[in-house]
Amino acid sequence: MIKAILIFNNHGKPRLIRFYQYFAEDMQQQIIRETFHLVSKRDDNVCNFLEGGSLIGGSDYKLIYRHYATLYFVFCVDSSESELGILDLIQVFVETLDKCFENVCELDLIFHMDKVHYILQEVVMGGMVLETNMNEIVAQVELQNRMEKSEVSDQ
Amino acid sequence: MALKIVKGSIDRMFDKNLQDLVRGIRNHKEDEAKYISTCIDEIKQELKQDNIAVKANAVCKLTYLQMLGYDVSWAAFNIVEVMSSSKFTYKRIGYLAASQCFHEGTDVIMLTTNQIRKDLSSPHQYDTGVALTGLSCFVTPDLARDLANDIMTLMSHTKPYIRKKAVLIMYKVFLKYPESLRPAFPRLKEKLEDPDPGVQSAAVNVICELARRNPKNYLSLAPLFFKLMTSSTNNWVLIKIIKLFGALTPLEPRLGKKLIEPLTNLIHSTSAMSLLYECVNTVIAVLISLSSGMPNHSASIQLCVQKLRILIEDSDQNLKYLGLLAMSKILKTHPKSVQSHKDLILQCLDDKDESIRLRALDLLYGMVSKKNLMEIVKKLMLHVDKAEGTTYRDELLTKIIDICSQSNYQYITNFEWYISILVELTRLEGTRHGHLIASQMLDVAIRVKAIRGFAVAQMATLLDNAHLLTGNTQRNGICEVLYAAAWICGEFSEHLEDPMQTLEAMLRPKVATLPGHIQAVYVQNAAKLFATVLRKHEGETDSHAAQETSQLLIDRLPLFVQSANLEVQERASCILQLVKYIQKLQQKKVEVAEEVTALFAGELNPVAPKAQKKVPVPEGLDLDAWINKPPSESESEDEKPKAVFAKEEPKHSRSRHTEVDEKELARRREARKREQANNPFYIKASPSSQKVYDAPGVEHIPVVQIDLSVPLKVPGMPMSDQYLKLEEERRQKEKAERKKEKKKKREKRGKERKADSGPESEEDIAPAHQVDIVTEEMPENALPSDDDDKDPNDPHKALDIDLDKPLADSEKLPVRTHRPEVLKSPAEDRVNESIPQETKKRSGKEKKEKKKGKEKDRKRSKEEKKKKKHKEVEEELLESHPEEAVQSEETKEAATPPTSTSAEASELDFWLCSAPVPPAAQEETAPSSAAAVDTSSAAAPESEPDEPKDAEPEDTKSSKHKKKKQKKEKEEKEKKKKKRHHHHHHHSNAGGEDSVQNGTVEEEEPLPPMSNYFLLAENSYIKMMKEDADQVYDIQGNHQDESKVVVSVIFENKSDSFLKSMEFNVLDSLNSKLQRPEGAGAHDSLTVPFQLPPGISNEAHFVFSVQSIVMPQKLKGTLTFIVKSDESSTHEKLDFKLHFTCTSYLITTPCYLYDAYAKLLESGDLKGSSLRLEGINMPFHHLLARICFHHHFSVVERIDSCASMYSRSIQGHHVCLLVKTSDQTVSIDAKCDEPSLLGNVLDEIKQTFSKC
Repeated sequence: MIKAILIFNNHGKPRLIRFYQYFAEDMQQQIIRETFHLVSKRDDNVCNFLEGGSLIGGSDYKLIYRHYATLYFVFCVDSSESELGILDLIQVFVETLDKCFENVCELDLIFHMDKVHYILQEVVMGGMVLETNMNEIVAQVELQNRMEKSEVSDQ
Repeated sequence: MALKIVKGSIDRMFDKNLQDLVRGIRNHKEDEAKYISTCIDEIKQELKQDNIAVKANAVCKLTYLQMLGYDVSWAAFNIVEVMSSSKFTYKRIGYLAASQCFHEGTDVIMLTTNQIRKDLSSPHQYDTGVALTGLSCFVTPDLARDLANDIMTLMSHTKPYIRKKAVLIMYKVFLKYPESLRPAFPRLKEKLEDPDPGVQSAAVNVICELARRNPKNYLSLAPLFFKLMTSSTNNWVLIKIIKLFGALTPLEPRLGKKLIEPLTNLIHSTSAMSLLYECVNTVIAVLISLSSGMPNHSASIQLCVQKLRILIEDSDQNLKYLGLLAMSKILKTHPKSVQSHKDLILQCLDDKDESIRLRALDLLYGMVSKKNLMEIVKKLMLHVDKAEGTTYRDELLTKIIDICSQSNYQYITNFEWYISILVELTRLEGTRHGHLIASQMLDVAIRVKAIRGFAVAQMATLLDNAHLLTGNTQRNGICEVLYAAAWICGEFSEHLEDPMQTLEAMLRPKVATLPGHIQAVYVQNAAKLFATVLRKHEGETDSHAAQETSQLLIDRLPLFVQSANLEVQERASCILQLVKYIQKLQQKKVEVAEEVTALFAGELNPVAPKAQKKVPVPEGLDLDAWINKPPSESESEDEKPKAVFAKEEPKHSRSRHTEVDEKELARRREARKREQANNPFYIKASPSSQKVYDAPGVEHIPVVQIDLSVPLKVPGMPMSDQYLKLEEERRQKEKAERKKEKKKKREKRGKERKADSGPESEEDIAPAHQVDIVTEEMPENALPSDDDDKDPNDPHKALDIDLDKPLADSEKLPVRTHRPEVLKSPAEDRVNESIPQETKKRSGKEKKEKKKGKEKDRKRSKEEKKKKKHKEVEEELLESHPEEAVQSEETKEAATPPTSTSAEASELDFWLCSAPVPPAAQEETAPSSAAAVDTSSAAAPESEPDEPKDAEPEDTKSSKHKKKKQKKEKEEKEKKKKKRHHHHHHHSNAGGEDSVQNGTVEEEEPLPPMSNYFLLAENSYIKMMKEDADQVYDIQGNHQDESKVVVSVIFENKSDSFLKSMEFNVLDSLNSKLQRPEGAGAHDSLTVPFQLPPGISNEAHFVFSVQSIVMPQKLKGTLTFIVKSDESSTHEKLDFKLHFTCTSYLITTPCYLYDAYAKLLESGDLKGSSLRLEGINMPFHHLLARICFHHHFSVVERIDSCASMYSRSIQGHHVCLLVKTSDQTVSIDAKCDEPSLLGNVLDEIKQTFSKC
C-alpha cells in the first residue's frame, strides 16, 4: 500500500499532497516538513530509500523518492510494495506528466494542481497501484479532458 | 431570472480562478496569511451563489488551500453539492475536494450515499470512474455496507477501466466492512484471470494485500497464483505474486520447494532488477522456511548471495541498499554464507550514504563472532569518532552495545575490554543514549562477578572526572553513566582501592547540578561507601580517620538536604541523621562498623524483565474463584472496596503456599543449581565464586596484567586498543602454548568452559578471564509463554475470514430491494435463486445441507487418516528408492481421492506434492512416467496384503507409529479443517485450464440435480442411501492388483422406534470383497457402529477390495437390525444390491498441460471408442459439468463447443474424452488403455444423460 504521495520543491513548498490515510491538516503539514527535512539533506548520489519518518508510518514504512530538478516526488509505502517498483512508478508518473503538460516544469504543477491530481488518480487509486502503462494513463486522461472541453463548449 | 443568469456569468468573469489564486499568493509573499484569509472570505461568498460553476471554482480553490494546510471542512456541504452536479467537469472537482478532505468523522458523508450510488451506475464510464476514485479515499463503514453490492456489480462491468477500479476499491470496502469479503471473494478470484491485464493486475494487488495480513486463508489460491506466475509477463503482477509467495511459504514449506525452481529460472532469465530482487527475496523466504529439516539448498543460497553481492557492488546506491537489506535476511538462517562477505560489508560502513551505512551496521550485528568482535567494534569506534551528525553516531553507539551484548554477551571474551569500550563511549558528546551505556555498565558489573574489581576502579575514575562529562548537564544525556558509576562504586565498594577518595568525589558541591535521580543514587551510595570506610578503619587503633569521614558527610550532606528533589532530600536527611548518631557513638569509642555495614548487607541480583508476569499460578489456586460469596447485585456499589480486597487475597495465599512447601522449594533450587552448573555459560554464582578462578584446569590461561591507568587521561591511543593488541598477543601465545601442551590440553579442556558453538571453530578462543555471568532471576517454574504482540486495533484482524466455507444465505451483500435492479449480475441470480422457492422446501433443504455438513466432517477425518497412511507408505518408498521419487508422486496423484468434501484441501495438497518439474520436463515425463508406474508398481511385491482395512478407522486403528504421525500433521490437519469447501466448487480449483471453464459453469449451474446420493433400499423402518460412489480410495497406492473402494451409506430411521444392533453383510463375489476385521470369517457381517433413534440418520463407511475394475459389479447384501419400541422388540431385515459402476473407479485428475495430454493421445497405447447422444438440449458447459461431476473427469481444454477431458482410474488407466456438440447432438470420442473399462464408462455416461 502507498500511504502518501508528496510532491514539494527544493524549499519544501508543497506542490501536491495526497494522503491515503486520514491526517488532520496540521499533521499533514508536519509530515511534509519532516519528510522535506529528511529528504532535502540527502545528496543526489545516495540511495532513494529512506527509513524513518516518525510521523508517518513506522517501521514497516519507507520513503521512496526521486529528485527531479526543483521537485521532490516522495512516496511513503509499506513493505508490500517493491522498492524498485515504486521508483519505476514515480518515473512513469513523471513521464506521464511530461507528456500531458508537454515538457513539464514546476510551474505546471503550481498552476495546475488539480490536473496533476487527475493524472495521479489514473496511476494510483486509494493507495494501490492502478495502472502502470503510460499510454493507457495518457489515453484516459486525454479522454476525460476532451469530455471536459465538450462540456465547456456546450455552455 | 434571465438577468440573474447573466449577472452570474458576469460575476464569474471577475471571479478568481485557481490560477489567479496561486498567482495572488505568489505576489503576496510578505502577507500571505492575510491575503489567503481575504481569499477565503471571497470563496465563502462564491459558495453562497446558486451558480454551480461558481461553486465548483470555489471548491477547486479550497482544494488548493487545503494543501497549504488550511482546514476546509467547513465547506464539506458545498463539496457535496458540487459532487452532485450533472456535469463531469464539476463532479470531478467535487470528488477531488472530497477525497482530499473527507474522512470518517465528516458528517455530511452520509448524505452522499445515494449520489455515489447514482454515479456508480451512471452510463458514462468517467462518472463512475471519478466516483470510484473519490470513494476509495473516503469510504466509511456505512458507505461500504451500503455500496458493497453496487461495487461488486461493477467488477463485472463491460469496460476494463471500470472493472479495475471496482476491483481495487473492494479492498477498501473489505477493510471497512469485513462481512463483504466472503460474498465478494469468488468474483474477485475470477478477476485474477480477467482478459484485461489491468484488471488482472488489480485483482492480484487486492488479493496480495489481503493475503499479506492473513496468509493462511489464501493458501488455497497458491496453485492459481503459481500458474499466473509461470504464465504472466507483466513484471508488476509478477512482483506482487512473488511477494505474496514470500508471505505464504512460511505456512507451507512444500510450496517453497515447488517455488524454488521457477524462481531460480526467473533469477537467471530476467533483466528487470526489481523482479530479480523480489525473486531473490522470496527464495530467501523459502530457504528460511525450509531451513529446518531440509537437505541443503546450498546452491540456491549461493545463487542468492552471489546475486546480492553483485547488487551490493553495483554503483547504483539503490541496488546496494537493497542488496544489504536482503543480505540481512539470509544472515538470520545462513550466517556462514554471509560472513564470507565481511569485507564487502565493512566497506559499506565507509559509504557516504547513511541509509547504506545503517544497513551495513544491521548486517554486522549478525556477523560477529568471538574471533572478530574486537576487530569489528574497533572499526565501529573509529566511525564513532568520524561520524558527523548525532543521529548516525547514536545509531553507531546503540549498535556497538547491541553487538556486544547480544545473546547474553556470547561473543565477549574479555570483559575488561568491554568495560573500557563503555568508558570510551562516555566521551561522546550530546548522545541521547547515556542511559543505555549506564545500564550496560550496571548489567556487566552485577552479572560478571570477576570483573567487578576492574569495573569499580574504572567507575571510580569516572566519578573522579565527573566534571568532564557534565559540561552541559541539562542537554547532556551522558551524565546518566554517573548514575551507574555511583551505584557500582557504592555497591561493590569492597573492591575500591581508595574508598575515601571516591566518597569525597561523590560529595562534591558540583554534584548538586546533576539530575535528581542521579543525586539520589549518589547520596545512597555515599552511605554505602561510608560503611566501607568505617569498617576499614575499625581495625586500626587510630579512630581519627573514621571520625574524619563522619565529619565529611556531616559537612557535605546538608547541601543535598536542601535539594528540591524530594527523593534526594529524603535520603540525604535520613542519612545525615544516621551519620550524626554514628558520630556520637564514635566519640564514645563504640564499634559501629559492623552494624552500619549490616544496613547494606545482602546481594542484589538482576531480575529478568518479564519475571513478574511469569510467576506461575500455584496448583490448586483458582484466581477466578470467589473467596467469599459474591455480593448481591443490589449492594454492588457499597461492596466495591471489598471486592478489590478479595482480588488481592490470592497473593497472600500464594506466599503462604510457597512457605509451606519449603522442602519442595529447596529441592527445586538444588535442581536448578545443578542444571546451571552443567550449563557452561550460566555458572550459578556461588558465594565461593572467586574460587572458580583458581579451579584446577584454568591455571594455564594467562591472566593478563592490565595497566590500570586512567583511561580518560590516556592521550592519543584509546584504551580498548590495548586490549585488542593484548588479545592478539594472548591468542598467539596461547596457540603456541597449546601446541606444546597438546596432550595436556585435551584432558583439561573437558573441565574448561566450552565455548558456545559459534562459527569459525571458536573453541580455540578461550576467554581471557574466567567469568560467571549471573542469570537474571526468574520465578521458579516460570511460564515460558510469550505474549501476543498483535495489535488488537489492526483493521486487518477483522479480515481473518475463512474464504473456503460455502456462502450462507445470510451472507449476501445488502441489496436495496425497493430499487429496480438495472444491472443484475449472475451472482445475484444465484444468490436470489433460492428465494422464490417455497419456504418449506427450503428449510428441508437446509436441514439436509446441515446433515451433509456433519457427514463431511466425519468423512474428512477418515480420509485424512487414510491419506496419512498412504503417505507413510510413500515415504518408505521414497527412502528406499529415491530415484523413483517422481514416479511415486505420480502414483500419489492417481491415488489422491477426488471427494468433493475436502476437495480444496486435498487439491492443494495434491498440487503441492506433485513434483516441481519445470513445464518443459513435465511435458515429457508426465505421461511416460505414469505409464512406467503401472508396470513397475504392478511388479512390486505385495508387502502387506492382509493389513486390516479400516472399516471404522476411528475405533480399530491406532498404532503408535500412526499417532506420531498424527502429531506431526496436526497443524496441517487443522488447516485443512478450516478449508471446508462447498460442494460444487470442487473442480474449480484444480489450477489447470479447467478452472476457467468449470469456474463459469459453477455460476450458472442449477444445483439440485447434482445430488450425490441415491436410494439403495428402503422399507417401512429404514432407508439406505448410497453415495454415488464418489468415494473411491486407493489406500495402498502401490498394490494395483487389489484396490480399495469405500462405500458410504446413510441409514435413516423412518419409524418412530429405536433401531439398534444393525448388521451389514454382503455376499462377496470373486472380484469384490467386503473388508472384514481380522479374524472374522468370510461370511460374517459387520456391525454398524451406531444406533438410530427415531427420525435420525447417520452414515457408515464400508471398505471393499476390488480386483478388476474394468467391469461394473453388483453385490447382494442384507442389513439386519432390531426395532425396539416401548413394548416390544423385533428382528427385521432389509435386502439391497450394491452397484459399483466403472465410473466409481475413476478419479478426478486434473491434467495441467494440454501438450502432455496430446502426447498421451498420440502415443498409440490407447484404444478408441465413441458415443453419440441425441436430443441433449442443455448448454454445453452444463453438459461438461455433469460429466465432471458424475463421472469424475476434468476439462483439459475447451474450445467453443468442443472440449477434451481427462480422468484416470484407481489402477492408473488413462481415460480421455473429446466431447463435441452441435445442435442437440453430442458426440463423444473416447480413448482408454482398457477397452472394456472405456465401454462401460461410456455406457454409464449415456445413462446419465438419458435420465434427464
